[in-house]
Amino acid sequence: MTTTQLPFAVSAKERAHPIFDPLQEWLETVDHKRLGILYIVFALVFLVIGGIEATLIRIQLAVADNHFLSAHTFNVLFTMHGTTMVFLVGMPILAGFANYLVPLQIGARDVAFPRLNSFGFWVTCFGGLLLNASFLTAPALLGGSGAPDVGWFGYAPLTEPAYTRGNATDYWVIGLIIVGIGSIAGAVNIATTIVTMRTKGMTLGRMPLYTWITLVVQCMILAAVSPLTAALILLLLDRGLGAHFFDTQAGGSAVLWQHFFWVFGHPEVYVLMLPGFGFLSEIIPVFSRKVIFGYPVMVAATIAIGFISVSVWAHHMFAVGMSPAANTFFAVSTGLVAVPTGIKLFNWLGTMWGGQIRLQTPMLFAIAVLLQFLVAGITGVMLAVVPFNWQLTDTYFVVAHFHFVLVGSLLFAIFGAVYYWYPKVTGRLMSERLGKWHFWLFLIGFNLTFIPQHFAGMLGMPRRVYTFLPERGLEIWNLVSSIGVAFQLAGGACFLWNLIRSYRRGAVAGNDPWDAWTLEWATSSPPPVYNFAELPVVGSRRPLWDLKHPEDPDWHYE
Amino acid sequence: MTAIPVPSPTPPWTLPRRGPVGILLFILAESALFSVFVAAYCYYIGRSLTGPTPREVLHFPVLMTVCLLSSSLTVHLAGRALANGATARFLSYWLATVLLGAAFLAGTAREWRELIVVHHLTIHSNLFGSTYYALVGLHASHVIAGMVMLLTVAAFGLAGRVRPHHVDRTDVISIYWHFVDLVWIVVVTVVYIIGR
Amino acid sequence: MDATMTAYAADTVSSIFAPVSTPAVKEADLAWFVLVLSAVVFVVVGGLIAYSVVRFRARAGDQRPEPPQVYGSAQVEAAWTAVPLIIILVLMLVTGRVIHEIQAAPEPPTAVEVTVVGKQWWWEIRYPKLGVVTANELHVPVSDSVTRRPTFLTLESADVAHSFWVPRVAGKTDLIPNRTARMWVEPHEPGTYLGQCAEYCGAQHTLMLLRVVADPPEEFDRWVQQQRRVAAAEPADSVAAAGRRVFLGTICVSCHAVAGTTASGRYGPDLTHLMSRATIAAGAAPNTREQLRAWIRNPDDLKHGVLMPAMQIDDKYLHELVEYLLTLR
Repeated sequence: MTTTQLPFAVSAKERAHPIFDPLQEWLETVDHKRLGILYIVFALVFLVIGGIEATLIRIQLAVADNHFLSAHTFNVLFTMHGTTMVFLVGMPILAGFANYLVPLQIGARDVAFPRLNSFGFWVTCFGGLLLNASFLTAPALLGGSGAPDVGWFGYAPLTEPAYTRGNATDYWVIGLIIVGIGSIAGAVNIATTIVTMRTKGMTLGRMPLYTWITLVVQCMILAAVSPLTAALILLLLDRGLGAHFFDTQAGGSAVLWQHFFWVFGHPEVYVLMLPGFGFLSEIIPVFSRKVIFGYPVMVAATIAIGFISVSVWAHHMFAVGMSPAANTFFAVSTGLVAVPTGIKLFNWLGTMWGGQIRLQTPMLFAIAVLLQFLVAGITGVMLAVVPFNWQLTDTYFVVAHFHFVLVGSLLFAIFGAVYYWYPKVTGRLMSERLGKWHFWLFLIGFNLTFIPQHFAGMLGMPRRVYTFLPERGLEIWNLVSSIGVAFQLAGGACFLWNLIRSYRRGAVAGNDPWDAWTLEWATSSPPPVYNFAELPVVGSRRPLWDLKHPEDPDWHYE
Repeated sequence: MTAIPVPSPTPPWTLPRRGPVGILLFILAESALFSVFVAAYCYYIGRSLTGPTPREVLHFPVLMTVCLLSSSLTVHLAGRALANGATARFLSYWLATVLLGAAFLAGTAREWRELIVVHHLTIHSNLFGSTYYALVGLHASHVIAGMVMLLTVAAFGLAGRVRPHHVDRTDVISIYWHFVDLVWIVVVTVVYIIGR
Repeated sequence: MDATMTAYAADTVSSIFAPVSTPAVKEADLAWFVLVLSAVVFVVVGGLIAYSVVRFRARAGDQRPEPPQVYGSAQVEAAWTAVPLIIILVLMLVTGRVIHEIQAAPEPPTAVEVTVVGKQWWWEIRYPKLGVVTANELHVPVSDSVTRRPTFLTLESADVAHSFWVPRVAGKTDLIPNRTARMWVEPHEPGTYLGQCAEYCGAQHTLMLLRVVADPPEEFDRWVQQQRRVAAAEPADSVAAAGRRVFLGTICVSCHAVAGTTASGRYGPDLTHLMSRATIAAGAAPNTREQLRAWIRNPDDLKHGVLMPAMQIDDKYLHELVEYLLTLR
C-alpha cells in the first residue's frame, strides 16, 4: 500500500511513543466506547474517594462520643461523600454504560453527536476536579479544610454568605453547575442517538429494555437536572452579586430552595435507579435462559415511574409543616410509585420462574438486588406514611433506606453489569472465583452496615451528627454498622483486583460468552471502532435468539 | 456472522433527523431551567421588603416585543427561502432577523440603564430586583447566544457559502430562536403584566 | 464532656416506639400497623424470590435445552398490579386520617402556648402568655383526660433551618426562618424526655440538644411562678456580688439577659434562671460549677464551633462570675 503523505502525518517512529500517543488518543477521542470507558474509570476513581470519605465517617461513628474527627471535618466529609457519590460516581458511571452500550444495542456505529459527547465527559471531569480542589484551598494549609460543609442538599439559608464564609460553598455551587452541564450534554446526545440512529427493523417496541430505560432516563435528566442548575445559578447570584433569592433576612424563602432542590432531587433518585433496573432486565433473562416476562408492561412501568417521579418531590419535606392536604397528596403520589416498581420486581420474578437459573457472578448480584430492593421499596413506602415519616425523616432510618436503594440496589446492579459486560469491553472474562469473593464479602458487609442503621434511626439517632451520646441504646448498632465497612472494603478490593487482573489474565471471552440475545453480543469483543462491519437488521426484540433458533423466532410471539 | 433472520417483507425504515431531535431535547432542558426562574419570579411578586416596586419603574416593552416576535417570522421566511433555493432572499431575511434581535438587545440595555441609573434598582436592591434581573437576564443571555449563532450563519451567507442543503442546520437555529421568542412571551406576561 | 456526660445522660433511650405523648402515640400506633403489613409483604415476596432461585437453579453440567419461553400473561400481570394498588390505597387512607388527626387537632382553651425559636445551636423558649423566657429545656404540664392541657408550639428560626424532635413526645417539625410552623405535644407521664435538632444547621448541629420536661400540673404552675421572678438585685454573698459587677461590666450583657438587671441581650440564652436548668450549652454539658467555669474559659473546648467567644477573663474574675451565675436560680 502506498502512503499518501499528509501534511500532519508523523513518521512511524514518532508515533510509537508509549505514553503520549495513547494519552493523546484518549484525550482526543470521540469514540463512544472510549468515552464510555473514560466515564466509568472516572467514576470508579471517585467511588474510591467517596468510599474513603464514608470509611472515615464510619470510624468516627463506631463508638459513642468519639473524637477521631472534628465536627467541622465530619460535616465536610458527609457533604463531600453525598455530593461525590451522586454527581461524580452515580451519574457518570451510568452515563458511561449508556455511552458504551446504547449504540451497540441499537446497532449504530456511534452516537448522534460524538463531539458533544466528548464535551460532556470533559466538562463533567472538570466539574468534579474543581469541586474536589476545594480540599486544597487556603484553609487546608492552616490545618482545616476548605471543602464545602453545607450538606449535599445545600439547604438555604445555611448556604448564604451570612452563614458560610469563605469560598467552600462556591466550589460546591460552581462545581455542580458544571457537572450539570455535562449531564445535560450527555443526555441530549444519548436520547438523540436512540431516537434517530436505530438500525433497520429496530422499532421502539423492539429496543432492548436497557435502551428503553435509558431513553426514559435521559428525558428525566433533561427535566430534572436543569432545575437544579437553575436553583444553583440563583444561589450563585445570591453569593456573588448580593441577590436575595434565599436570603431570609431580606424576605427570601428557605422553603423555596427545598422545593427547587427536591424537584431535582427526587427524579434524580430514579435517574440513578432506573438504569440499574435496565441492567437487571438484561442480566436476569439471559441467566434464567428465558425471555423477559411482560416486555410491554416493563416499558409502561418505566414510563409511569418517570411521570410519577416528578410529582413526589415534597415527600422530602413532610416535616416542613405543609398543609394536611399537601401532605396527603404527596403521600399518595409517593405510595403510587410502589405500584410500577412492584410490577417490575414481579416481572423479573416471572422471568426467573420456570427458567434454568445460572448462578454466575452477574446473576448473583442481580438476585441480591431483588431482595435488597424489596427492603428499600418497603422502607420507602413506610417513609411515605406521613405520621411515621415525622418520626423517621432525617434519622439514620432514612440513611439506611436510601443506601439500600443506591448501594444495595444500584451499586449491586452496577457490579452485576460490570461482570456481565466486562468481556465485551475487554475481550476477557472476569474471574468467577474473585467475583464470588467480591459478592459474598460485599453482601455481608453491606447488610452489616445498613440493616442496623434502621434500628439506630428508630431509637432516635438523627442524621448528620458527628457523634452520639452514650447510653442511648445506639452503641451496638453503630459498632456493627462500622464493622460492616471492613467487609465492604475487602469486597471492593477483590473487585478492583479482579478488574485489573482479568484485563491480562482473564479467560478469552469470544463474541458471546453468556449466550445472550441482544445486538452487542453480535460483534467482536472488544468491538471494532465502527462497531459492526455490516449494520445488522433486526426482526424482533432478541435478534440473536432468532439467529440461534431460526425455526422458532421471537416475532411470532411479540 | 450469518445474517439475523427477519420477518418478510421488511417495512420501509426512516427515522427523524438528529438536528431537530437534538435541539428539541435541549429545549426540554431549557424549559425546565426557565420554569425555575419563572416560578421564583412569581413566588416573590409583591414580597419585596423595600422599593422600588415594578409598578413604579417598569413600562410595557412594546417595541422590544414587536421586534422579537417579528424576528420569528423573518427567521422562518429565511428558512423557507433557503429550502426553495433562493439564497439571496434567505440572506436578506436572515440579516433582518439579526437586526431585529439586535434591536431587542438594545431595548434591554436601555431599560436596564434606566433602572440602574435613574431608579437605582439593582440585583441587590430587593427581591424584585433579584428576580427581575435574573429572569430577564437569563432570557437576554439566550438571545445573545442566539445572536452568536445567527451571526455565524450570516457571515457564511455573506461569504456566499450557505447552500440550500444547509437548511437542516439553519432549521436547528430557527427552532432555538422560536423557543427564545416563546420564552419572551412568558417573561412579558409574568414580569410586565402579572408582576405589575 | 466524657465521663460527666455519661452520668447525667443515663436511662435516656429515645425510641419512637416508647411514646409518652399524644402525637407520638398516634404515630407509633400507625407505625406498628405499617411494620406488620411490611413484614407480611417482605416474607411473601422475599419467599417467592428465594423459592424461585432454589427451585429453578441450573445444576452443574446441566445439558437441558432452553426452557419454554413465556412472553407474559395479562391476567397474572393485572393481578400483581391490582394487589399492590389495593394495599397502597388502604395504607394511604389510614395515613390521611392520622395526618388529619394530628395536624388539624383543635386547640383547647386550656392549652399552654409556647414559642420556640431555633438559633445556632440552641433553643430559645418563650411562654408569651405566661411571661417566661428560658432555653433548651421545655417545661410542659402533664395532660390527663379530665383536664386536657396540651402544649401548642409556635416554631420559628432566627438564622437557618432547624427541626424540633423529641422522639417519645412527637415527630419532627422544622423551624424555618421567615416562616412559622405549629405543632403540639401532650405528655401523659411526668418525666424528662431527650431530643435534639434534626435538621442539619451547621457546625454544631450535633450538640443542639433538647429536652422536654413533663411536670405534673401543680409542679408546672410552681415552675412558672418561679421563672417569672426577676433576679435578686444584689447577691448576699460578696464574691457573687463581685461576680455580678463582672457580668454587668463585660461584654456578656450584649448577648445574655438577666431580668432585673441592665443585661438584656437576646443573642444568647436568657440567664435569669440559669441554675434551674440541668444542662448548659444546649445540653452539651451538665450545669455544674466546674462545667460553667470550663465553658466560660473556652466554650470551644466543650462545643467546637460555638458562636460564644472565649472571654479571656482572668481566674479571679472567672471565679467571681461563676459564683454569681450559681445564684441565678
